[in-house]
Amino acid sequence: MAKPSTANRPLSPHVSIWRWHATMASSILHRISGVANYTGAVLVTIWLAALAAGPEVYDGFEALRAGPLGVLFTLGLIGFTLSLTYHMLNGIRHLSWDLGLGFDPKGSNLRSILIFAGAVVITAAIWLAAGGLV
Amino acid sequence: MAELRTPLSRAKGLGSARSGSGHFIAQRVSAVALMLLIPVFVWMIARLPDMSYETARAAIGSPLGALVLLLTLTAAFYHMRLGLQVVIEDYISKPFTRAGLLIANTLLVAGLWLVALFSILVIAA
Repeated sequence: MAKPSTANRPLSPHVSIWRWHATMASSILHRISGVANYTGAVLVTIWLAALAAGPEVYDGFEALRAGPLGVLFTLGLIGFTLSLTYHMLNGIRHLSWDLGLGFDPKGSNLRSILIFAGAVVITAAIWLAAGGLV
Repeated sequence: MAELRTPLSRAKGLGSARSGSGHFIAQRVSAVALMLLIPVFVWMIARLPDMSYETARAAIGSPLGALVLLLTLTAAFYHMRLGLQVVIEDYISKPFTRAGLLIANTLLVAGLWLVALFSILVIAA
């Protein structure tokens, strides 16, 4: 069998070659937040099923929230808000990339930082506005 | 331009499944839908005074509330399935594990979607 000729094929540098930079972090965060949103949607579905099942089942969920694990619940919900907001803001950027816009390195780096800061600010605003839940 | 495929790759004969563009477009279309729906969904949940049974039932049981949830979750589950499929294809290369996870992703999302829709309809009924 002939040896595969790989001499002319272009090679891309692998993960370990790169130093960390903002656009790289924002790309990885897009994936992580996507998977986190997936988990969040699973939990929302469980919550909806408990709500549909009636007050007895839903009371179990309420008891969990009132107990010592309630803090975890609130933190998880804040994390879900942050993850959703980040994924959405960065998603707008992905759509603009699809249109061929926003590929300049300096602007891309700046926007990576602005998007993360924006997600934190919007999440804080949502939670401050939703005083009743906290 | 030189041939970029290796002889081994050509011998294996696994080329494009010719469904990549459809996947790409579906991912973007559902993203645009979610861009409109997620803010409405988050606003609807965030403005609830509490998370008690009565409050949640009333909010999600209202025609508008039920509709917002049905639309948001339908677009979200569709988008999620496409997104996690790419993640699985990127990181899992063992054929059996990969196929198993891809099937699990599809079945899990289909199941969750039906549970969510059924629950919303029960709450709204």
